Amino acid sequence: MSSSHIMTAFDEELKYLTRRISEMGGLAEQMVAESVRALVHSDLALAQKVISDDVILDDAEREIGEKAIVTIARRQPVASDLREIMGSIRIASDLERVGDLGKNNAKRVVAVAGSGIPRKLARGLEHLAELALVQLKEVLDVYASRSPEKANSIRERDEEIDAIYTSLFRELLTYMMEDPRNITPCTHLLFCAKNIERIGDHATNIAETIYYMTTGAQLEGERPKDDNTPSVGATGA
Amino acid sequence: MNIMSEAAVEKALEQKMSDAHFKMVGKDVSVYYGEKRALFDVNLNVRKNTVTALIGPSGCGKSTFLRTLNRMNDTIEGCRVTGSITLDNADVYDQSVDVVELRARVGMVFQKPNPFPKSIYENIAYGPRIHGLARSKADFDEVVENSLQKAGLFNEVKDRLHEPGTGLSGGQQQRLCIARAIAVGPEVILMDEPCSALDPIATAKVEELIHELRTNFTIVIVTHSMQQAARVSQRTAMFHLGNLVEENDTDKMFTNPDDQRTQDYIMGRFG
Repeated sequence: MSSSHIMTAFDEELKYLTRRISEMGGLAEQMVAESVRALVHSDLALAQKVISDDVILDDAEREIGEKAIVTIARRQPVASDLREIMGSIRIASDLERVGDLGKNNAKRVVAVAGSGIPRKLARGLEHLAELALVQLKEVLDVYASRSPEKANSIRERDEEIDAIYTSLFRELLTYMMEDPRNITPCTHLLFCAKNIERIGDHATNIAETIYYMTTGAQLEGERPKDDNTPSVGATGA
Repeated sequence: MNIMSEAAVEKALEQKMSDAHFKMVGKDVSVYYGEKRALFDVNLNVRKNTVTALIGPSGCGKSTFLRTLNRMNDTIEGCRVTGSITLDNADVYDQSVDVVELRARVGMVFQKPNPFPKSIYENIAYGPRIHGLARSKADFDEVVENSLQKAGLFNEVKDRLHEPGTGLSGGQQQRLCIARAIAVGPEVILMDEPCSALDPIATAKVEELIHELRTNFTIVIVTHSMQQAARVSQRTAMFHLGNLVEENDTDKMFTNPDDQRTQDYIMGRFG
């Protein structure tokens, strides 16, 4: 923001939204990382912590929404101010969803814990989560710096997450076919992988929102997609 | 068939239509008050059946430009206008133009409601009488009722048409002034901050009126209220230090303006 408002209280309100979004982002990141760690190490206590942390994100989203409504009503923002406020509402809801997905992973820890995840699968899952977390971290940096040119590269990198998700999907199918006793834990892991893949999508949403917020234009073209799981069959695995 | 190109053609046609529908065209308009230059080569077209809002900080030249459109500046001593302004392609500053007739075609409503110290009826009948637009009492009755109807005031005043116009509330007085402007059958109505002396309810009524009047008239409004410009206009022109900074669709102007000065002004930032 190059210049500030004549009404300083308006600046304070916008700063409040920015600060809360950054806090939400930090917590969402942490929840996702912890949920995967809990999953891989069968850490029930950590899983429980992730589940209870989700309330904080839910509250933050509500507070951001309320503050945004009050600001719109009182300041009648226009142009980039209006886009900024609408953007913060959208980003808050994406981050809240990221938290939900982390929480969902944490809830599955109990079901997966007893069965012992094969080392290779665990590594695949960790790698997927690492990528999604890098994505999330970078998009939050872009939010902090408001640099629209970086928003585009984040969207492109979502492709990589999709590709790894597809290969994990195939692997999980193979394990299930090998031994029916694997079906229960593998199905949970499949959901976990899907959840992580969705986190990448939310990061991409946020990147698009930031692009619109800063430029007033929509990112051109289709999202790059490399999620081939809809066409993967048991025989093809 | 290529759908995209058809849409493009449609857009081009629309553009052509709107180009053909410029009611007034200002070209390189400059205004001097004695030595002081108040407007710098302003090029601004006023579209037919459109509400055009002129915005900008105090002293930016928006009212000066508005007043050039019906030569209200003629009354100010030492005021000089260069460039050209046309109404339906005819130069309004041409020697042959009768200024009184011009102002009947391009009417004006001012910041403060200024009804004549006469009855409501006479306030409206005055214009048509001096312009010879009505003769019989029935003619006058009709023009008075019609104008009051169009200004959304008839139902409120129909039982007291012969009471003084100055006895109405501020908002009613302003709508009376609009009815008075309508009575002589203008094509363009200029409004110079018509709501700045009104409360929010009266403002809403005048804004609703402006919105309705667009179907029959071309309207140019100067306003200090960004929200009012956003609410009532389809086109917005932003003035700054005597220059036209940006003219755009109002939707674009208030979501993603092209010019940094417009951005700073409408968002209430330090430039």
